[in-house]
Formats: sequence, C-alpha cells, structure tokens
Amino acid sequence: MTHNLILHVVSKTLIPLIIVFALYVQFHGDFGPGGGFQAGVIMSSAIILYALVFGLDVAEQVMPPTILRLLASLGVLIYAGVGVVTLFPGGNYLDYSVLADTQIAGQHLGILLVELGVGITVFSVMLIIFFAFAGRGRP
Amino acid sequence: MIDVFIDVTLLAFLAITAVAIVRMTNLFAIVMLFGIFSFLSAAMFVVMDAVDVAFTEAAVGAGISTVLMLATIALTKDQNEKQSRSHRSWLPLAVVIVTGAALVYGTLDIPAFGDPEAPAQMYVAPYYLERSIAETGVPNVVTAVLASYRGFDTLGEVVVVFTAGIAVLLLIGGKRQKSNTRKNEKKRK
Amino acid sequence: MDFFIGHYNYWIAIFLMMVGFYTVISRGNLVKKIIGLNIFQVSVFLLYISVSTVKGGAAPIITEGIELYSNPLPHVLILTAIVVGVATTALGLALVVRIKEAYGTIEEDEIHAQDHSL
Repeated sequence: MTHNLILHVVSKTLIPLIIVFALYVQFHGDFGPGGGFQAGVIMSSAIILYALVFGLDVAEQVMPPTILRLLASLGVLIYAGVGVVTLFPGGNYLDYSVLADTQIAGQHLGILLVELGVGITVFSVMLIIFFAFAGRGRP
Repeated sequence: MIDVFIDVTLLAFLAITAVAIVRMTNLFAIVMLFGIFSFLSAAMFVVMDAVDVAFTEAAVGAGISTVLMLATIALTKDQNEKQSRSHRSWLPLAVVIVTGAALVYGTLDIPAFGDPEAPAQMYVAPYYLERSIAETGVPNVVTAVLASYRGFDTLGEVVVVFTAGIAVLLLIGGKRQKSNTRKNEKKRK
Repeated sequence: MDFFIGHYNYWIAIFLMMVGFYTVISRGNLVKKIIGLNIFQVSVFLLYISVSTVKGGAAPIITEGIELYSNPLPHVLILTAIVVGVATTALGLALVVRIKEAYGTIEEDEIHAQDHSL
C-alpha cells in the first residue's frame, strides 16, 4: 500500500492496544468472557492489520513464516504435553488436579497452560492462512 | 417484553441479510453483507447470554473470514457471479421448501425458547454450574468446561485447526507455478 | 402468540439453514457456495444457542447473588465450532484459489465444460 499518513499513525497507535487486549483476553479468560481461541484470533488480527497497512514483506519480517510454523506445532505440543505431564504423578490424561498441591491450584495452572497452547496455535494458524492467501497474489 | 422485541428484530434482520446475500451477484457486496450477517449473529448471541460465543463470532466470523474471502476475490479476479443456466431454479427451491417444511414440523414438539424446564437444561448443565467453582475455582463456567471438563474435546479441536493450517500451506503456501495451468497443458497438446 | 414467540428462534434458524442450503445447491459460483455453507453454519450456531438460553438467566459466569444461568455446554461446543469453521472455510477458499489457477474460472458450469472438452 502507498504511504498514507493517517493509516500509518492510526494503526501504529492501535496495534499495541490490540495486542494488550489480546493478552488481557488470554489471561483473564478464567474470570470473564474470553480464552485462548478469542485471544489467538485478536492477536493475529493485530499482525494482519500491520500487514495490510505496511505491506506483506515487512510483516513477514516481524513474524517470519518459519517461526509461525514452529509456533503452530508448539501450541499443540503444549496442550498435549500438559496431558502427558498429568500422567506422571498418577492422574488421568488432562486431569489437572495433580499438577499442584491443591485441586484448585492444579486446575488453575492446567487451564492456564492449556489456554496458552490454544492461543498460540490459533494465533499462528490464522496468520499462516493469511500469509498463504496474501502471498499467493505476489507477482 | 423488550428482550422479545430485540430478539424478533435482530432475527428478522438476519433473515433479510441472508436473502439479500442470495439475491446479489456482486461478490464484493456479498462478502461485505456476510460481515454484517456475522455481526448481527454476534449481537444475537449476546442477547441470548452467550457472551463467549458472541466474542468469538465477532472476532472470527466478522474479522478473519471477511479478510480471507476478500483475499480470495482478489486472487480469483472474479467480481461478479455469472447466472448459470444448467441449475434450474425451481428444483432447488422445491427441495429447500420440502426440507424446511419437514424441519418446521419437527420444531412443533420442541420445548419453547427459554424454557427452564427443557430437557436440555436438566442433566449435565446444573452439574457444571454447581460444581465448577468448587472443583476448578474458575468463575467462567464456559472456560472451565472448555479447558477442564471437556479438555479432550478441545485438544481435538486444536488439532483440527492445526491440520487445516497445514492443509492451506500445502495447497497455496508455495510459489505459484505458471506452467501448471490447464490452458498451457492444452497448448502443449 | 406465546407459541409463536417460543418457536420463532427455531424457525428463523431453519429459514437461514434453508437459505444457505439453497445457495449451495442452486448457485454455480464457488465463492458464493462457500458463503452459503457459512450461512448454514451460522444457522446451526443459532439453533444451539437458542436451545441453551434460559429465560431470565444470566451469562454463565458465576457471580454472587445470581441463581439462574444459561446452559454453558452448547456455548463450549459452538465456541470451538466457530474457530474450526473458519479454519475449514479457509481450506475451502484455498481450494477455490487452486481451481481458479488450474481452470481459469470459478464458475461450476465452465469447469464442467472444460472437463468434458478434454
């Protein structure tokens, strides 16, 4: 996109706010509406806005596609890995109660980690899809 | 009374938007209307107390879906839908009307909207609502069910999203090869 | 009148479902077919959330002093379904892009015609 001062200034102000909001949604999902799915999508929309305003090549420098592919797998790995970790103290797969001393603390930790895995995967998959579509149009 | 009014109005808007989407032929306008459709459905979810769902629909349906559809239109360079001749308009209409009538007949026995005594509210829902604070300490029951009670289900969903991402990469991730098109194949023949 | 209001949500959901279904089977443009599928999908979401609603209930976030909540289980199912839905929509659109590159068109009739002429 050609240089458009208004778009540049407005998006530079908006993008940090969107990222902060995404983090709030991610870690406040236990208490209010939100969670990993929503946070991942909001976070990726921040990068998509950046790509739309500043161009695809700059956005791919900020979020290199190789790192995105690693992140997508990392999210699934965190989720499945939490399940495996709960097996060691003698719990069932994805039974977070054994992760800490009390059941509530264990559940809290487990839900936090699992939501983090969901958020990372959704964020990177949405960006992978967007970059694939946008990159296809490049001459 | 006011919530019934909002409910009826929003749903009527949804129906009108859907009909407009079917009748239009300009793809750009269709995609924009679909964004409106998504926002209306998100508003509808808020009215029906499903705040988490509304949040997701507003971010995903109206945000990402619209961007992807616009990208597809830009890539295919087709601005207008052509009226096809091989699809006779009366046959699909008849199929749709018969199917819809059968479904409406099925709803006549369903408990009324918002009925607290409906079977859907009787079995696991009270269990989750009563026990989730004591068992997980998470006030948002949707998060508790999503991540803890039905964690296995969500793991499956995350794997589906991951797989879809890989599939999109495989289909259109690489560099475009010009010699791959059908027309060139024909020329070679 | 009570019967009408009590079933209005289901009827609109069925109407939207049929509009989506009609779009899928009667239109030849592949992008429009995918939008039809999305309308169909939203109608299923509406049906589920309508079933979960309890009159006078609150959103299922436990708060002091509130006794009646709507059913959280359909919310969970639909929340994940929305995200999976956009992922599968992206997959369908990617297929459309590839079809355009291979055939030069996204109209079903023209694709069939090209297939027969080969």
